[in-house]
Amino acid sequence: MSHPYIKYMRRELLPSIFCPGCGIGIVMKALFQAFDELDIEELSNYIFVSGIGCSAWIPSPYILADSVHTIHGRAIPVATGIKLFRPQLNVIVIGGDGDIASIGGNHLLHAARRNMDLMTIMVNNQVYGMTGGQLAPTTPYGMKTTTTPYGNPETPLDTCEVVAAAGANYVARWTVGHYIQLKNAFKKALIKDGFRFVEAVSQCTSRVSYREGMSAADHIKYYMKNSVNIKKVQSLSYEEKIKKIIVGEYADRGLPGYLARVKKVIIR
Amino acid sequence: MFFWSGNIAVAEGALRAGVNFYAGYPITPSSDLMEYMARKLPEHEGIFIQGEDEIASINMLIGASIAGAKAMTATSGPGYSLMQEALGLAVMLEVPLVIVDVMRLGPSTGQATKSAQGDIMQARWGRHGDQYTVVYTASTLEDAYRRMIDAFNASEMLRVPVTFVIDELTAHLWETVRIPSDIKIFNRKWTDKDEVYFDSEEFDEIPPMPILGRGLNILYTGSTHDGRGVRKTQDVQVHSKLSRRLKEKVWRNIDKIFKYETYPDEIDGYDIGIVSFGSVARSAKEAVEKLNNEGYKTSLFNLHTLWPLNYDILREFCEKASIIIVPEMNLGQLIYDIYSVKKREDVYPYNKVGGGVPVFPAEIFKYVLKVYRR
Repeated sequence: MSHPYIKYMRRELLPSIFCPGCGIGIVMKALFQAFDELDIEELSNYIFVSGIGCSAWIPSPYILADSVHTIHGRAIPVATGIKLFRPQLNVIVIGGDGDIASIGGNHLLHAARRNMDLMTIMVNNQVYGMTGGQLAPTTPYGMKTTTTPYGNPETPLDTCEVVAAAGANYVARWTVGHYIQLKNAFKKALIKDGFRFVEAVSQCTSRVSYREGMSAADHIKYYMKNSVNIKKVQSLSYEEKIKKIIVGEYADRGLPGYLARVKKVIIR
Repeated sequence: MFFWSGNIAVAEGALRAGVNFYAGYPITPSSDLMEYMARKLPEHEGIFIQGEDEIASINMLIGASIAGAKAMTATSGPGYSLMQEALGLAVMLEVPLVIVDVMRLGPSTGQATKSAQGDIMQARWGRHGDQYTVVYTASTLEDAYRRMIDAFNASEMLRVPVTFVIDELTAHLWETVRIPSDIKIFNRKWTDKDEVYFDSEEFDEIPPMPILGRGLNILYTGSTHDGRGVRKTQDVQVHSKLSRRLKEKVWRNIDKIFKYETYPDEIDGYDIGIVSFGSVARSAKEAVEKLNNEGYKTSLFNLHTLWPLNYDILREFCEKASIIIVPEMNLGQLIYDIYSVKKREDVYPYNKVGGGVPVFPAEIFKYVLKVYRR
């Protein structure tokens, strides 16, 4: 018996290049289960756009759909171009934290501000995995990476907070340990208009877990233990907050997306 | 007849060519072109968006073009530099799009409102890796209108990004424009079949572009890929063939894209040749007229295509003259091409930069006499 979600994958290209224990597999399964539960049987009406990094490999080449694999950080503007010209297509961006929040951070901010009708999945492994484990804008304070060998002196970015503040219609963060919640966030994001942003905190076994002396399973348990729901965050101080992984929905709005707003101002 | 500025002529050329997507970021001296498109495109059922920067804009063009648009942007030197990485992606994905670079005076912010011709090398070679694109330019507004259409046609025909460079002097020049009647519009080949989209049997053949959203499971990638878009990041043969094909598809179609003009039309022998383009070629024309009137047989080669160059045609022109003058509003960029077709000691550069001051006809006239009598 084959896997129920293999129908969404390019079977001939398996096994994947992902490291053993990588969280990407869980993210992919959650996304596929979301499609399946929404009765989306095949993805011919979905266009996936990715940049550079491990997570960019999720759609290109593994998802059985049209995909555009672009340059580092620029998946969101490429996706914007596709969506604007072919609004009937569903466009999904998948990338890592370096790709989406660091080099592509400006595009993320402005796509959220425009409430551009795109879904963006950010797989946040808190490190630059593909290039060997360097500092990312999401790396926790104090964590050692190859470019912060004495510990990270910087404060990590709460990407969800920024995206929600900029005006996105849907913003949520879950770790791969919160599988059901993550899958449900994907489901919600898939059927909404405007800008939808789902962040999946996911372990990098090759660059982080082993350095911290954890197995992949230990790492997921650590994420679960160290998470705090956004509903309970208000009681925490800023110093306490930045040490935690905040999970939950940052925004769930029904504002008109960019395409609806353009239609309003331009009456042909 | 229309009374247009250069930037309007370029925009009108693009509209005639069928542009239906514009993304851009304000930058002097191209912003007026962008503003014109912001007004006009919705009237033409097209889409206009102001990007958060030039990088976003060019990447939006790539997305729109993949989705089926005839896409363009306009920028100037600094913005054009920001676009270079994505231009390389467009080369690799074989995505047609057109960039207008209204050339201003660099380096860096330089004299931002002033005219220059300093982006020739950037337009040809601004990206990393081997890559070949097409560069057009113009010296009159009728040429600008025409060559903008040629830019779109070449882009659609070859599946390459095309740059249209125009110096600020020409972009902000106003003159009457007669709309040519012999315009041909070329649209790229599309396919909705599962076939090879990124390879061809013959190097001068251009594979069709796949239509998105038809269940073709298209793989567009900036990584080295085979004919179906599957990444081949270790394969020597696949990369070697891909990069050669991307080069040869441009060079082997040079007859279709190389445009130029010689002036005067009919001249029975000349001893002095001038090779130029843009606003400088306009001044050179007047100088050539004066030189011929005074008995110095002179001919002008006005380049409308700055890349790729048809070196055979250029060599033939240069061989007929004993000296070649290359006036440019930069410190010498086009001249390296002339060195490759003419003995270096017979080639004379005339370079002028600063303040956007044009190369005046009288200067060229004087300079020609100075070096010719030497």
